[in-house]
Amino acid sequence: MNKILLIISREYLSRVKKKSFIIMTFLVPLIIMAMYGLIGYLILKGNEISGPKNVIVIDESGVFKNKLTNDAGLNFTYLNISINEAKKNIKTDGNNYLLYIPKFEGNDLSGVELFSEKQAGFSVTGTIEKQLEYIIHERRLIQAGIDEKLLSNLKTNIVVDTKKITSTGEEEGSSGAAFGIGLACSILIYMFIFIYGVQVMRGVIEEKTNRIVEVVISSVKPFQLMMGKIIGIALVGLTQFLLWVVLSTTVTTVISKQLMPKTQLEQLQKAPIAATTVQHANNGTTDVLSGALKAIETINFPLIIGCFLFYFLGGYLLYSAFFAAIGSAVDSETETQQFMLPVTMPLIFAFIFSINFVVNNPDSPISFWMSMIPLFSPVVMMVRIPFGVPTWEIILSMGLLVAGFFLTVWLAAKIYRTGILMYGKRASWKELGKWLFYK
Amino acid sequence: MLSIRNIVKQYANHTALDGVSMEIEKGSIFGLLGPNGAGKTSLIRIINQITAPDSGEVFFNGEKLNPNHISKIGYLPEERGLYKKMEIGEQVLYLAQLKGLSRPMAIQCVKYWFEKLEIQSWWHKKVEELSKGMQQKVQFVATVLHDPELLILDEPFSGFDPINAETIKNEILELNQKGTTIIFSTHRMESVEELCDSIALLNKSQKILDGKVKDIKHSYRTDTYKINFSGPAPSLNSEAGTLFDVIENTSDGEYGKLTVKMLKDYSSNDLLKILIPKISIHGFEEVIPSINDIFITKVKESGNFLPHEH
Repeated sequence: MNKILLIISREYLSRVKKKSFIIMTFLVPLIIMAMYGLIGYLILKGNEISGPKNVIVIDESGVFKNKLTNDAGLNFTYLNISINEAKKNIKTDGNNYLLYIPKFEGNDLSGVELFSEKQAGFSVTGTIEKQLEYIIHERRLIQAGIDEKLLSNLKTNIVVDTKKITSTGEEEGSSGAAFGIGLACSILIYMFIFIYGVQVMRGVIEEKTNRIVEVVISSVKPFQLMMGKIIGIALVGLTQFLLWVVLSTTVTTVISKQLMPKTQLEQLQKAPIAATTVQHANNGTTDVLSGALKAIETINFPLIIGCFLFYFLGGYLLYSAFFAAIGSAVDSETETQQFMLPVTMPLIFAFIFSINFVVNNPDSPISFWMSMIPLFSPVVMMVRIPFGVPTWEIILSMGLLVAGFFLTVWLAAKIYRTGILMYGKRASWKELGKWLFYK
Repeated sequence: MLSIRNIVKQYANHTALDGVSMEIEKGSIFGLLGPNGAGKTSLIRIINQITAPDSGEVFFNGEKLNPNHISKIGYLPEERGLYKKMEIGEQVLYLAQLKGLSRPMAIQCVKYWFEKLEIQSWWHKKVEELSKGMQQKVQFVATVLHDPELLILDEPFSGFDPINAETIKNEILELNQKGTTIIFSTHRMESVEELCDSIALLNKSQKILDGKVKDIKHSYRTDTYKINFSGPAPSLNSEAGTLFDVIENTSDGEYGKLTVKMLKDYSSNDLLKILIPKISIHGFEEVIPSINDIFITKVKESGNFLPHEH
C-alpha cells in the first residue's frame, strides 16, 4: 500500500510540475473566458442593427405618422414629399433607408416598400414589420371599440416555466438549462477520459520503452504500478479541473463586476416590468437572460456536481485501464492504432449518441439502457441527470460502473503484467487473449 | 543462499525453463551462462518474483521465496532504463523507496554512493542530459543502493566503456568481499569467466552443466600442451601417435610453435623429457579450455547447437 502511494505521488508530482500542465491550467480558463466574452458580446450586439440607420418615412396614408418608434438603431423621420421626389433627392446609401407606405383602404395595408442601396437585413425589415403590424393591430382594436386605456392594460409579457411534478411536490425546471448543463458535463467527461486516458497510455509506453519498468516491477507488483499510475493521473486531472473551476469563477466574477456597464445592467433589471411599446419589441433579449438566470437557479447543483465527479472519475478509471493495457502491449505510440479504435469506439459512440439523441429523449428506453452500460454510462447518464432521473437508476448505473471498472482493471492488469515485459514483438489481439490466461 | 529446485516455466508456445535446479552459495560469484533464449532471463524474473514458475520452488536463505525477499535482492536487468525527464537524485531516491527504504535512509544511501562514484554533481540533472555510460552508472547505484544480500546482474557490462566497466567491476568485487552474493547472467561467457566461482550453463531451457569453475575446467582438460621454442621445427615422427598426437608443429626457422595432445597416461613431464634434447623451449603451458569451448563441446555432445527459437 505504501508503495502504491509512492507511485501515485511520483506520477502526480512529475506531471503537475511540468510546464505544459501549468500553461494549460492557466491558459484554458483564459480561452474559455475569451470565448464567453465573445459570445456575450455577440448576443448583446447581435440584437442591435449595426450602427444607427435613418429611415425616411413617406407615409401617404398618414396613419403611421410619429407612431413608429426609434428602436434597435433605427431612427425614423417623416417627410411630406412624394415618393418619386424622395427617390431622387435622398441618398440611399448603407445608412439610409426609404420606407414607402401607400394609401390604403380600411385596415388592409399592402404595397409597403423599403428602398436602400444595399439589401436591407432581416433585423431591419423584421423590426419595421413588427412595428407596422403592431400599429395596425392596435388601430383595429380601437376601431372595434376597445378603449385605449384598456388596450394598454392588455399588454402582457409571457414566459413559459416548465415544472416537473415529483413526489415532493412541484419543482421548477427548465429544459433549456438542463439541456445545456447535461451537454456541458457530457462533453467534459468525454474530453477528460480521452485526454487523461491517453496520458496513462503514454506513461505506460514511456516506462516500457525506457526499460525502467523491469527495474520497478522487481520492487512492486505490476498491478501496483498500473493502479498507481492510473490514480496519480486521475488526481492530476482533478487538480486541473478544480483549478479551472476556481480560476474561471474568479475571472468571470471580476469581469462581470468590472467591465459590464452599469447602465446595461440596470436596463436589464428594469426591462421585465416595462410595458411600453418600445420595450415590447426589445423584450426578446431580456426574456432569454432572465429566463436563463431563473433556470439556473432551479438546477439541483449538489446532485449534479456529485454525479459529475463520480462519472468523471468512474468513466476515466474504466477506460484508463484499457489504455494502460494498450500501452503495455505495444512498443511505441505509432503501434497503438490497431488497439485504440475498438476502445475509443464505445466512447465516441456514447458521445455522438448523447448529443444527438439523449438530450432530446432523456427518458426513452434506449437512453435508459445506454445509461446503465458502464462503457456508455459516464457520458450518457450526465446528459440525463439534469432532466431528472429516479434515484434507483442513478444508484444502479453507478453500481454497474464500479463493477465494470473492477472488471476492466482485472482484465487490463492481466494483459499489462505480460505486455510490459514483451519487447520487440508486435502483439496481436489473439496474443492479448492468451495473456489473459497466463499464470 | 539460493536454492532453485526443479523450475518449470511455460509460455504459450514454448517452454522457457524445463526442470532447472541449482544451488548458489552464500558469498559466491555465480555465473548463469548460456546463449540468448536459453532461459536465463526467465529464471532471473522468477527469482525476482516478477513472474511465478508453473512448478518448482525457490528458497532464499532456506525460506520459500516471498515478497519480503524483494528488498534483499538487487536486480540490474538487461533491458535497463530510467525516467528521462526526472532528476537523477529524485529518481534514485524513488527507486530506493520502492525497495522499502525510508526516505531519510534512502537519502543517506544515495549520498554515500554518489560520493563513492564521484557523481554528486549529477543530483539535479535529468537523465536525458547524461551519456549512456553515465546512465548505466546511475542505474548501478539504484541497484545496489539498498545493500542487497543478493545482487543479480543481467549482462552487466554491456553498454559500459572500458573505464566505467572497470570501475563497476571493482565495485562489484568490493561488494562481494563484504559478503554480497552475486549472480552474473550473460551470453558472453568469456567476459565473466575469470570472476566466477561457480557457473551453471543453460541451453534450450535446460541446465546442461554446473559446478565450480575450477572443477569444470579440470574435468574438461584435454591434456593438450603448447610449447614455444626457437630453432627449426623438430622431428617427432617416432613419438607421434604413441605418446602424443601432434596438432601443430611449425617454425619460421627462428621461432616455432608446437601443440600436442598427450595420449593415455603420459604426463607433461614425459613430453618435456622428449623435447628438451631436441629444441630450446621458451614457453610451456597447458591449453585449458575456456567456458565457451566447454559449452560448445557440451552442446555438441547433446546434439543440438541451434539457439532456442521463440
